[in-house]
Amino acid sequence: MAKITFIEHNGTSHVVEAENGMSVMRAAVDNNVPGIDGDCGGECACATCHVYVEPEWQAATGARTETEETMLSFAAATQDNSRLCCQITVSDALDGLVVRTPDGQH
Amino acid sequence: MSAPDVVVVGAGHAAIQLAASLRQGRYEGSITVINDEAGLPYQRPPLSKAYLGGHMDDAALALRPTSFYAAQNVGLIEHDAAVSIDRARHSITLASGAIIPYGHLVLATGAANRTLPVPGAALSGVVGLRSLAETKALKALLPGLKRVVVIGAGFIGLEFAAVAAERGIAVTVIEAAPRPLMRGVSAVMSDHLARAHRGWGTTLLTSTGVKAIHGTGRAEAVETADGQIIATDLVLVAIGVISNTGLAAAAGLKTSNGIEVDALLRTEDPAISAVGDCAAFPLAGSGLIRLESVQNASDQARALADRLLGKPAPYAKLPWFWSDQAALKLQIAGLSGGHDHTVLRGDPAAGAFSVFCFKGETLLAVESLNRASDHMAARRFLAGTPGITRAQAADPSFDLRSVA
Repeated sequence: MAKITFIEHNGTSHVVEAENGMSVMRAAVDNNVPGIDGDCGGECACATCHVYVEPEWQAATGARTETEETMLSFAAATQDNSRLCCQITVSDALDGLVVRTPDGQH
Repeated sequence: MSAPDVVVVGAGHAAIQLAASLRQGRYEGSITVINDEAGLPYQRPPLSKAYLGGHMDDAALALRPTSFYAAQNVGLIEHDAAVSIDRARHSITLASGAIIPYGHLVLATGAANRTLPVPGAALSGVVGLRSLAETKALKALLPGLKRVVVIGAGFIGLEFAAVAAERGIAVTVIEAAPRPLMRGVSAVMSDHLARAHRGWGTTLLTSTGVKAIHGTGRAEAVETADGQIIATDLVLVAIGVISNTGLAAAAGLKTSNGIEVDALLRTEDPAISAVGDCAAFPLAGSGLIRLESVQNASDQARALADRLLGKPAPYAKLPWFWSDQAALKLQIAGLSGGHDHTVLRGDPAAGAFSVFCFKGETLLAVESLNRASDHMAARRFLAGTPGITRAQAADPSFDLRSVA
């Protein structure tokens, strides 16, 4: 289990409990967190689950996958800490994770 | 004035996205979703891919967990179908006899598999692949199958063929058109996919009709229009869908290829909207069009939610699609229909390339195979940035980033 905080572009925070093994995208969608769509269901095919990982959590969430890298290369408003959160798997090590959502996924 | 109570007929991607988006926008009216199937609403794309292949469980397949519906105050009526709309009284009647009043009615009725009009089509062992129940039945049969015949080389037929071939099942795909995915992709991409499937051992018969399915009690062979008899353990019919317009038509709403709506996704009755696979909507350059995709369902649901939340805007999202066939990841941005010229980027021999489909100098669509960056770039410049010329598309050194 991990407690994950999603901070919307407008500053609103949403704290959700996520089970190990699910993706961070799924945790957001299951709890109706605004700003994360996850239209493709986690196939890394749509780039609608873009988040910014808080710098202190970048190491724990790991590196982008190859497909994720190419999907992100043309996403809007990417930064060094941009991830597609369908590619981040929840584990105990991510308890306390904080990510921010961009101003729109489309 | 309080927010009207929203009733959604259907429980696919569009229906659940609408409920989610309304609540994200703090919609205060009640929301009721009518699901004619039992169980939690689920994602359809994985049925013919990861779920059938055994790489995804039921919990992961659900669009949202049970807890979502309680937490978001979304009513879910399961295993009951809407049978009629009383537009004067603003209510619908369900098969169970229940009468559900609505303030605003949303038709997200989806589509149903087209049936095969040949003798033997009703035999046991002739199956479809659209619902979870159908998929579960098919998945249970897979381990015992040595041979299958797939009728129709569209996305579903080819995705199933890839899963079956991967399991060592001898697959024959029969397609009436001269090439697979005739409606969906360019000749270049179609030919490449045909070669890939043949490379996996699948027999692909094109320009071939089906005359009959033979068998005693259950399907044992398929007879083609040119007289071939293909013995089989199972027949999958995947020849497209028809929009579920019956409910709307019976209520006097205008239907054709789908339930007709305007750019705000309204039917001619201002209290009734339609979204997703069932809706025929105006798209610039295409007239009234109906699309079968998650993108279309989700984006229309979000647009309708915005309207019901008091922020109406004409629907004009770029269509995009994806299909996974074994290790091939096909992504399509735009609609290629009517293109008269294609430009290739990348190397088909290496299994990673994109086909840029132009009509004159105007880019209509980009089909990418294992080239996600091209797909993402295409989604940006097809959606509005100045675009790309044929010469630029044909120049491998041209950086798509400069226009995306």
